[in-house]
Amino acid sequence: MSGVRTLVVWCPDWPLVAAGLCDRPAAVLIAGRVVACSAPARAEGVARGLRRRQAEARCPSLVVADHDPSADARAFEPVVVAIEAFTPEVEIVRPGMCAVATRGPSRYFGGDEALVARVAAAVDACVPAGAPACRVGVADGPFAAERAARQGLVVPAGGSAAFLSGFPVSTLGDVDLADLLVRLGIRTLGQLAGLPTAAVLARFGPNGAAAHRLARGLDERPLAARIPPLDLTMVAELDPPAERLETAAFVAKNLADRLHEALGVQGLTATRVLVEAEWEHGERLGRRWRLDGTGGRAAGALADRVRWQLDGWMTGSGAGTADRPSGGLTLLRLVPEEVRPDDGRQMGFWGGDRAAAERVARALARVQGMLGPDAVVTAVPAGGRSPAEQVQLVPWGERPPVEAGLRPPWPGRIPSPSPATVHRTPVPAEVVDARLSVAGGPWSAVTAWAGPWPVDERWWDHAAHHRRARWQVVTAGGTAHLLSQEGDRWEVEATYD
Amino acid sequence: MAGERLLPVLSTLEPLFPTRGLRRGSVVSVAGSTSLALSLLAATSAQGSWCAGVGLPSLGLAAAGELGVVLERFPLVASPGRSSGAGGWSWVVAALIDAFDVVLARPPAHVKAADARRLTARARERGAVLVLSGAAGAWPEAAEVQLTVASAVWEGVGRGHGRLRGRRVEVVTGGRGAAARERRVALWLPHPDGSIREVVDERRAHARRVVS
Repeated sequence: MSGVRTLVVWCPDWPLVAAGLCDRPAAVLIAGRVVACSAPARAEGVARGLRRRQAEARCPSLVVADHDPSADARAFEPVVVAIEAFTPEVEIVRPGMCAVATRGPSRYFGGDEALVARVAAAVDACVPAGAPACRVGVADGPFAAERAARQGLVVPAGGSAAFLSGFPVSTLGDVDLADLLVRLGIRTLGQLAGLPTAAVLARFGPNGAAAHRLARGLDERPLAARIPPLDLTMVAELDPPAERLETAAFVAKNLADRLHEALGVQGLTATRVLVEAEWEHGERLGRRWRLDGTGGRAAGALADRVRWQLDGWMTGSGAGTADRPSGGLTLLRLVPEEVRPDDGRQMGFWGGDRAAAERVARALARVQGMLGPDAVVTAVPAGGRSPAEQVQLVPWGERPPVEAGLRPPWPGRIPSPSPATVHRTPVPAEVVDARLSVAGGPWSAVTAWAGPWPVDERWWDHAAHHRRARWQVVTAGGTAHLLSQEGDRWEVEATYD
Repeated sequence: MAGERLLPVLSTLEPLFPTRGLRRGSVVSVAGSTSLALSLLAATSAQGSWCAGVGLPSLGLAAAGELGVVLERFPLVASPGRSSGAGGWSWVVAALIDAFDVVLARPPAHVKAADARRLTARARERGAVLVLSGAAGAWPEAAEVQLTVASAVWEGVGRGHGRLRGRRVEVVTGGRGAAARERRVALWLPHPDGSIREVVDERRAHARRVVS
């Protein structure tokens, strides 16, 4: 499954744009190291990762500022508003970068290229004067789209793997893994993508498998993102309404911690969160943030983003002021829209013994490494009439796409108890004069039977259409079978043994 | 959990075992009934143990769920490779014995005596229980506890009416050591209400009702 077609907007040097320093030699520091610098500073030889002294030695007129992420987010708000004119589903990756699924808007605006041109024009119109022009790229999946945005490219659909193949493995952002891969002689994403999936999983574990998927231009995790159950939505009502950012941010921090804890109990981490706020005079605002943190960092990362968002709304400046709410904050809601299993730092599967769960995961990874990822499966209840349809087999480590399907009525469903043996391919049988012969074997008398349960399945699909009747049949030896009859052909579908 | 020497079974199945539970490190064989093999896993699975299934491509997983096996903790290697080395049946079983509390497996037609001895020793060393399902003759060693379903009678189904509701089975136990003495236990597998129960002698129960 290739990634969702995604458009990424990247505003270069955003911390400097937000600080209003992009027109002179300037740098933004975290813990004494340069994390971003303006174009004039770069021309003087300042680069990311330098110490403050080194940077100032290269460029004596350098203006330095400490990094202020909430200022970044505040300044980014008008940009998000501008992009929202194209589609409501904007995800903020971080201040300075956001992503949009292009399927709908591209059709409306006449293709990816046309959409890119319009988005770029709209964004450039609302960034402060003197800021570097934004870059927009489109590719399959957020990872490839981010790379494409840095080059301002539209990668054709299905071409993400080829586009990514030349990038070094350090692009993956996993320092330890990249270091290991380089020492093994795997330097580019193309080389990584060329390795067999099972071997990568066996040698590098789940992180390696995820990196391998990215390198092949696929989404990080197939089928993993799913709509979470409703009860994970966290709501806080504020009475009296919060007028000041500090008060609101305090509530937001608590709420983020609670959400993280609730997800953690289920072994999940959120990859996309909708932050919704209601204000005193009835306004409602909502914004989506994409998260990639796992384990302990996730709670802090989520709280930061909610705070930045509130800061953007409550102390908003510049082009976004039209949307600034007129009263205090009365309600804050966090909705995890996309979750996946938190296998980064798992604190025990399903509340079980942690050591046992880790042993199990290692043993199964070994078997998958030898026999392929699909060799180990777990069963998930599913909807259906026959015993074979009532469970769905999912490769170990993946999540089923939908967990629905149980609810619709299934008329003609075989009642419980279910048969303990469900033949993978039905066994041909013959029934004559209340006697049964299975697979050409000896005849035995039928002592009792129930049915028929007629079913007419998939009549809309010529190839899969079946019209048959099912019977429960008990033979003289006390063996019970589930037979299906189609015309005059009989088959043993399952055995109650 | 690893320190305990017994894994629990449903209370109605306790009479099948001289130890009244699955002794860690033992091998149990079940012949003639897949649902009996599955129901041996139910109690320990419900208490948080991990169980695995090997070489059972036709296992009815809906039935496993109904009998009480927690499907989330019951991964399956349905079709291990054919080779006798890495990836083959005994390699997979050995790999899983290292990590799981109970491994339910159907032996292929010809298990070498050396492989069987090795797996038995491994289960003993790791404290896992190996439950062998399928024909009694496929395993070259004598299992510690051998359960055989000798007869079965279905209830609830008539000649063209009703449906399969409950089944009374007679389980014959055998094995080595304390289990060597043959015993016969009558069970509902399953009872019409879905549970697994001992069969109460109808006449005696009736007499008791009359007296009281």
